[in-house]
Amino acid sequence: MDKRLERILPRVQKPARYVGGEYNAVMKDVSQVDTRVAFCFPDTYEIGMSNLGMRILYGVMNQMDGVWCERCFHPWGDMEQEMRKAQMPLYALESGDPIGDFDVIAFSVGYEMAFPAMLNMLDLAGVPLRSAKREALAPLVIAGGTAMYNCEPIADFIDLALLGEGEEQIVEVLELYRQAKREGWDKHTFLCKACHLAGVYVPGLYDVSYHEDGTVAAITPRDGAPARIRKRIVTDMDKAYYPARTIVPSTEIVQDRITLELFRGCIRGCRFCQAGYVYRPVRSRSKELCAQYARQAVEDSGYQEMTLSSLSTSDYRGLVELCDELEPFCAQKHLNLSLPSLRADNFSMALMERLQKGRKTGLTFAPEAGTQRLRDAINKNLTEEDLLESCRRAFAGGYSAVKLYFMLGLPTETDEDVEGIADVAAHVMHAWRESATNKNRGVRITVSTSWFVPKPHTAFQWEPQISIEEYERRVALLRERMNTKTVTYNWHPSPTSFMEAVISRGDRRMCAVLEEAHRRGATLDAWEEYFSLERWMDAFAACGLDPHFYANRTRAHGEVMPWSHIDVGVSEAFLQREHARCYEGVTTPDCRTQCSGCGANCFCPCDR
Amino acid sequence: MAKLRLLFVKEDQASYISHLDLMRTFQRVFPRGGMNLRHSQGFHPHPLISIVLPLPVGQSSDCELLDFEVEQDIDGTGIADALNPGLPAGLFVRDCYRAERAARELAFLRARLELDYDRGVPAGAADKLRELFSHDEVLVEKRTKHKELAQINVIPLIRSVAWTESENLVTAEVVAAAQNPGLNPALLENAVAAQLPELSPDFARVRRLELYDAEMNVFR
Repeated sequence: MDKRLERILPRVQKPARYVGGEYNAVMKDVSQVDTRVAFCFPDTYEIGMSNLGMRILYGVMNQMDGVWCERCFHPWGDMEQEMRKAQMPLYALESGDPIGDFDVIAFSVGYEMAFPAMLNMLDLAGVPLRSAKREALAPLVIAGGTAMYNCEPIADFIDLALLGEGEEQIVEVLELYRQAKREGWDKHTFLCKACHLAGVYVPGLYDVSYHEDGTVAAITPRDGAPARIRKRIVTDMDKAYYPARTIVPSTEIVQDRITLELFRGCIRGCRFCQAGYVYRPVRSRSKELCAQYARQAVEDSGYQEMTLSSLSTSDYRGLVELCDELEPFCAQKHLNLSLPSLRADNFSMALMERLQKGRKTGLTFAPEAGTQRLRDAINKNLTEEDLLESCRRAFAGGYSAVKLYFMLGLPTETDEDVEGIADVAAHVMHAWRESATNKNRGVRITVSTSWFVPKPHTAFQWEPQISIEEYERRVALLRERMNTKTVTYNWHPSPTSFMEAVISRGDRRMCAVLEEAHRRGATLDAWEEYFSLERWMDAFAACGLDPHFYANRTRAHGEVMPWSHIDVGVSEAFLQREHARCYEGVTTPDCRTQCSGCGANCFCPCDR
Repeated sequence: MAKLRLLFVKEDQASYISHLDLMRTFQRVFPRGGMNLRHSQGFHPHPLISIVLPLPVGQSSDCELLDFEVEQDIDGTGIADALNPGLPAGLFVRDCYRAERAARELAFLRARLELDYDRGVPAGAADKLRELFSHDEVLVEKRTKHKELAQINVIPLIRSVAWTESENLVTAEVVAAAQNPGLNPALLENAVAAQLPELSPDFARVRRLELYDAEMNVFR
């Protein structure tokens, strides 16, 4: 072990996350590899190791002969300070070697607020932040993950972005890189070829011009780069790689269990949900294969907890059969199955009750909005009766706590909708009085509201975020209406949501702001401990940009968006139609009931 | 159904795995090796597994002991070979056998404390250290379980200590009380820093070497 590291570790919290050596971490002989990849996650070890995409791509890259993919995470503040003091550059967990010396630095970015951590990791690695300042082919800085559907705010820092699912394209990018290395191409030559790989976006090959009012005038490709870049997906989930043999961390992480991915995409079409749009079309893994992977993963890892994961698990066609099949195996192995992302309908409750062994704690539902009118407007196809019926069953079955998640600031929201949230809570309370089997235990109902952030590639991408004053007024209004003692109301005075709204729809001019915020100390800004609104406002002021232009402005249909050249397969016409239907209060049926022609079946037939 | 004991090494990266994380790690290691841990019979069953003398984070050891119960009726033969492929780097099972002696009979541990001096060991260091630890009382500040600072005298907890020095390293081989109360050998460094500040090392590391009962027979 590096002597500097040995001396630092006793002084930092949770040192086990900085040393590697976990079960199934891939070790290779450096003399036998020609391409070294530092797979970076711009957040802590505990968050990054909980990410299934990270595990999939780690497996895929390490299956390649001659390629060694190692992991790297953002250190917590105490560790960062010690590393800087000891002049120790950011290193990869497997070999302990500095990532600045690697061929490729690949980021997986799922969240815009991780952009500052990404820059800080480059800085900790001693790598110049701007792509233009890195003249050599290595280290090539690439990025993928859902935040790349609008990567304009970091366009100047990355050499290329991978849009969509990475399993296939990362292999193609690495093979092209190896060819470039063998044949001695310069970086520009490599990038000009890479931009023709499906799903690869090279921001440096596009010029962006602006109107006087600050909106985008045009995005113009150069050097033969394609005008539009379509995301890449895996069309056959039964052929997609699944990490049945995966790293088992030796320290507790956030999702410390096996994640079994049932399907990708979502049939629901909630108008606010970016994942619901960008992961289309629906593609399922066969239940036979799911069961097989479940067994393999449990036997290899020794985990005794597994989550059946997807964007909406109760919509998996073979869910009951899969659970039936796994039940005896689970009993034998003391394995607990958990089903996240369940919809509040009777079917899922019955299943949940069957799987939940031992302690019955709380259930969580996300009605998102307080009135049927607003739930229809956002196309959350859930009725209050569905929710109440599920609560009645839960209370009758011995549950005594329910958490309800809502958003404030959704398009068309009125005070009536805000107050409706309190009514929903009161009705849930009433359901408890009707159905609870053991009233002596009491009941805990928790209502949480968050501040709605409009996202690119959704039906609400044209919408303004409500101002902080208006958000706080609505919170106050709701607090006044929540007068039962048994209902706890949680809300965050979250300036992070404002900055998220700013960055998620940011354009390329925002690169300067990110660089400035980095200079002023922005790091793990997804964490409240490190986030500073003041720092961001100062950075915007220093760069002469107005954050409210990005967060609080209503865009017109037809305006060129900073991400207009990025094609997720869902047509703009469809998004406009969905946007209009929100104002008409008209719902769109889920994809299983009726195809609404979003366009995503351009990739493969939708497996709805 | 058998009560078994593992003898294992914990070193390198694994020395940074905390006690609770190590318990969690072993809960997964047994199923990987094809064994089902027995669980308690309460409303919230937990696996029957315990570490005899938890090692402070950052220290290495050649002689960690872990007690466990499995559903299978086995005597420990072949278990080390079954478990070792499934362990993280730095953990290695040396042996597995029926747990016959009670953990409370564990009385002493032998450990090696290494003090690094990057600019060379100060002249006469070993002699000064021998002199210091020949006193009847050497007080060290220690944080108690309730996070308060307490002064403890380390001398009654040390059965023997031998100091040697080389160019950049002073080594103490110490036999100390293991429990009720026990002495963390790392406290010897704190004692040096407090009493002989000119001998404060640049770094200190500890490796646990052996465990003994009250009669100084090896404890297994």
